[in-house]
Order: sequence, then structure tokens, then C-alpha cells
Amino acid sequence: MTPLIEFKDVFKIYNMGDNVVRAVDGISIQIEKGEFVAIVGQSGSGKSTCMNIIGCLDVPTQGQYMLAGKDVGTLNDNKLAEIRNKMLGFIFQQYNLLPKLTVLENVEVSLLYGNVPKGERIDRAKKALDRVGLTDKLEHTPSQLSGGQQQRVSIARALAGSPSVILADEPTGALDSKTGRDVLALLQELNREGNTIVLITHDNSIAATAQRIIRLADGKVVYDGPSGGKGAVVHAEDEEAVSQ
Amino acid sequence: MKFLQSFKLALQSILKSKMRAFLTMLGIIIGVGAVTVIVGLGNGMQNYITASFESMGTNLVQVNIQGRGASRTVSVDDMYALVDANPELLSYVSPMVGISGTVKIGSENIKTTSVSGVSEDYAKIASSELTDGRFIQYVDVLRRQPVCVVGSYISKNFYSGNAVGETLKVSGTAFTIVGVLKEDSNSEKGGSDDIIYIPYSLAAKMSWTGTISSFVFSGSDSETVDKAVTTIKESLYKVYKSYDYFSVVSMSEMLDSLMTMVNVMVIVLGAIAAISLLVGGIGIMNIMLVSVTERTREIGIRKSLGAKQKDILGQFVIEAATTSALGGIIGILFGALLCAVGTSIISSLTQEAITVAPSFTAVLGAFSVSVAIGIIFGYLPARKAARLNPIDALRYD
Ligand SMILES: Nc1ncnc2c1ncn2[C@@H]1O[C@H](COP(=O)(O)OP(=O)(O)O)[C@@H](O)[C@H]1O
Ligand SMILES: [Mg+2]
Repeated sequence: MTPLIEFKDVFKIYNMGDNVVRAVDGISIQIEKGEFVAIVGQSGSGKSTCMNIIGCLDVPTQGQYMLAGKDVGTLNDNKLAEIRNKMLGFIFQQYNLLPKLTVLENVEVSLLYGNVPKGERIDRAKKALDRVGLTDKLEHTPSQLSGGQQQRVSIARALAGSPSVILADEPTGALDSKTGRDVLALLQELNREGNTIVLITHDNSIAATAQRIIRLADGKVVYDGPSGGKGAVVHAEDEEAVSQ
Repeated sequence: MKFLQSFKLALQSILKSKMRAFLTMLGIIIGVGAVTVIVGLGNGMQNYITASFESMGTNLVQVNIQGRGASRTVSVDDMYALVDANPELLSYVSPMVGISGTVKIGSENIKTTSVSGVSEDYAKIASSELTDGRFIQYVDVLRRQPVCVVGSYISKNFYSGNAVGETLKVSGTAFTIVGVLKEDSNSEKGGSDDIIYIPYSLAAKMSWTGTISSFVFSGSDSETVDKAVTTIKESLYKVYKSYDYFSVVSMSEMLDSLMTMVNVMVIVLGAIAAISLLVGGIGIMNIMLVSVTERTREIGIRKSLGAKQKDILGQFVIEAATTSALGGIIGILFGALLCAVGTSIISSLTQEAITVAPSFTAVLGAFSVSVAIGIIFGYLPARKAARLNPIDALRYD
């Protein structure tokens, strides 16, 4: 079976004059449908760059990224937009809701770009908001909600498009620990319901929520295995020792 | 669907910052308003001119003789002969002798009244009708009788409608009023009802040159007026051996050239006003560029959700077009207000009833132009937005 996500020796190299930054330095990974994977690593290790590539917001400078068996590198801007719309759901640290729209409208946006007819659009948006427990906030604007509620709106927005992968970049970064745990619990539930989730975090305890951990350091994979696995934690300590 | 959403968003952002939106639209408002008023003024003048020509009849031909000393002249009889010789082209002729003297009714001197010497056929030429009495007759011309026909303004104002049988003085000569003309245009002072007709023979004697140099012909058909003009010109050429000593102009030609003059005026003034539209367009472009920068993050979010370049492009173009269209509507209302003000100013200053009102097509045109300006000047900023790199846009704050 073809993996849902496959990196074949992917590089992302920034040429800043004489300074060369190897943000992603030869990564090969595979993620199957239904997995809950945490990409973990210190700040600057290349996690966000990886997520941008997985999310078709960015393209590798070298190597192949196959999404559901399709080579993303060969696609044009329009096709990439279509893939983001149909196959990917984003959850950002800063929620990234549109402040002028209501909660319901925010969730509808991606369906709007997917040309989903109005009735179905509203249905699906409401269902997604119901799933995250915000049925009573449909007509609120984001500024009227708490941080945790806003993040749940963005989860609903990601869900509404029924994507193949949900990408969450530091989803708890702006939340207090209790609300953060709730959000992680929600992601776990969504994974149990069959959603593929890629969680990006610098925090080992948060990464432990996932079944599988991919640890990055300086753009390279230094650990790839179950979250309970020995290397996941050992490497973290090594890394901290190195960085100190 | 996306269009409606974009339109709604555009209205929302306009309503949210009304002052900024208003200032953005100001150039468009002033431009569209000015064009509306100028076109309205042009229309008003054309309608007014057309109406006054129509009341005279467009198949009239005016002949003015500048002359060439005493050696070569045309007489009144020559002109009558011309009508007799061309019955298929010409119906009537009347000399026109303007008198510049003052009119005195009772003890009152009136300066606005125009006094002309005409023949007995003039009523038919000018399609004037009488409400009372009779027109000037052939015997009056023959005997230089001091009789006159007055316009409805004089009758109403000075004789409370019963002018026939009364007398008035023109340049010291007493005239008996024998007829009153039907009202032509509201019996206004200085208008086409403030007139006096006297026999041309007497008028010629009263005028200091003593010669008759103007004639009015009526063509038998408006279709053949041009041919009538040519015929008159040719016969006058035989007398003067040159086209420089007389002018023969039909009313329709005169109307045409006046209309052209008004049109040129409207186009020139309109073009000047349209510069303001250009400035307005640049204002919109400026604000849209600011708006694209301010909303970089929003653009990034939309792109991450699957917005294509054309979706973002459409959103910003629609926003620019909505802004300028709204400016256009306000400009049209502003222009309509100025038109109303203009109408009342003109009527209070000149006593002329010129209605300043733009045509529906002009209003529609102004509106379309303002929408087009929004699209044209919104395109560049919108394209800038559409081409933003999604990651850079998302990272922007
Ligand atoms: N647009 C860019 N230009 C230059 N260097 C960049 C750019 N984006 C990221 N980098 C560099 O690439 C490395 C990895 O960045 P990033 O993927 O954001 O790390 P993380 O998300 O793990 O903190 C960093 O050293 C960062 O400075
Ligand atoms: Mg990061």
C-alpha cells in the first residue's frame, strides 16, 4: 500500500549569500493513513519547514514529496491550492481565524473555496462545530471567544473539509496547560475516529500524546519510532545536553 | 457564491471604516458629480435651444445681406419674386426689420421688448396664432399704418388681457394694437412673448438706415430646406457675384451648429472633470495597496485553506469595484443635487427655464465608468495580493 505521506530524501536549503541554511537536510519518512505522528525537536530544527512542505505551502529544493502517491513537486500553484483545500487541514499556534467573519463563516471558508453548495456547506460546518462542542457560538466572532475556544474553531475548520491529513503546528503553544490538554485530548479522539494527524511541537510531553514520534535535529531525523520507545526520550536528553 | 461572499466582505470593510472609505471615494464622487452636472447642463441647454427653435419652426431660412454699397442691392420685390418662382421649395417670405427704440406704454418705458417690422405673411412663417384681433395686413404694409400686434406678455401685463384697440409708443411713434399673439413660453419678461410686430415698411422708415437687410423665408417642406437654401444663395450670387456679401442659413443648420457647440463644450468640460476620475482611481489603488499589506495574514490564511490566485484576485478586485461603484452612486446623487441647484440658480439669474438634468444614459455611463475604474485600478493591488507566497503571508504580522 502506498503511504499517505512519503518524503524521499527531501532537502530545503536556503542560500543566504555565503550563509547556507539547511532547514531540512535529507529527510526520508513515511506516514500511513490513520497514524498520529508527532514531529518534535528544538526550535530551529526544521519542524515548521517540514510541515510547510507536507502542507503544500512550500516545495523542497531537492528530493520528492509524495502525497497519496502523487509527486507534489510537479504540481502548479492552482493544483497545490486544490490539494490544500481537499486533502489538508491546518491548525496553527495562533489559530489564524479571520477576525471579521463569524465562527460559522470561518469554518465555511475552505468549503467555499471547494465550491461546496451552500446548504451542504452550512451543514458540514455546523457538524464540525458540533464535533468540537461549539454549537452555541456559531454567530460569535473570534474575538468574543477564549483562546481554547478559538483553537477549537480552527480544529473544526480543519475537520469540515474532511481532509486526508490534519496538520497541527504547536496547537497548544498559546494555550494554558489545562486548555492545551483538552485540545490534545480532542486531537486524540479525532485520531481514534480515523483521522490522520501530524502534530508539531518542541515539547516532549506533548509529543508523547502521539503514537509515533519523529525527532528532528538540525534538519535531520534523529529518532523515528513509537512514543513510548526508548530513543524518544534518550535523544531528547542528549539534545538538551548538546544545546547547553 | 464566492462573488456574493466577496461583495459582502467588501461592504463590511467599507462600513467598518467609513471615513477612510469616504476619503478613498472622494475623487470618484467629485469626478462623477462634476460629469453629471456638466452633461446635465449640456442637456438642459440643448433642450432649451431645441424647444425655442421648434417654436419657430425648423424649415425657416434666414437671409442677411451685408451688402456692397448702393450699386448692387436686392429689393423686397426680388425676394417675393424668388418665392413665386420656386413654389415647390419656398412658401412665404417676410422682411425682418429690427427696431432698437424704447417702447412706452402709458408712462412706463419698457426695455426688454423686441420690436420687429414684418410682413402680413409672417404669422404663417412663424406659425404664430392670435388670441385676439388680427395680424398685420397687406394694406398696413402698403400704407405704412401705425398698427401693431403684441405678444401675450404685453397684453397680460399692461392691458390685463384686453390690449386690442389700445395704443403704445415705439421710439415716439404711436401705434394702435390690432392683435394679440397666443402665449408661446409662459409670458415671461424678455422671452418670446415680450414682442411687438409692426409693418416692415414703417419699420424701415423708422430705422436710421432705411434699408431692409434681413428676410425670413419659410420652406415648403423641412426635407427640401437645404435645396431652398441653395436656390436662394444662387439667386443672390447672381446679384452680388460673390458669396461674401450675404448669408443664408436655415434654422436647422443653425440648430445643428448650436448643438455642436454645446456638445463640444460638454466634451471639453467633461474631459476636465474626468481627470478627477483618474485621480479617484489612483486614490483607490493607493488604499487597496495599503489594504493588501494590512491583510497579508488574511491572504495567507485564505491560501492555506485552498484559495486559488483567482479567488484572492477576485476578492480584491470586487472590493475595489464596490468602493468605486459606491463612490459613483454618491457622485450621481451629488451631481443630481448640483443639477437641481443649478436649475434654480439659472432661473433666478436669467428668467430662462433651463432644466439642468442629466440623461439616464449619462448616469448609467458615469456609474459604469466608476465601476470600471475600480476594476482597473484595483487590479494591480489585487494581483499583488494573489501572488503572495502563502508561507510569507502566514508569517506576516
Ligand atoms: N525563509 C527562510 N529563509 C532562511 N532561513 C529560513 C527560512 N525559514 C526557515 N529558515 C531557517 O531554517 C531553519 C529551520 O526553521 P524552522 O523549520 O522554522 O524550525 P522550527 O519550526 O523547528 O523552529 C532555521 O534555522 C531557520 O532560521
Ligand atoms: Mg516552528
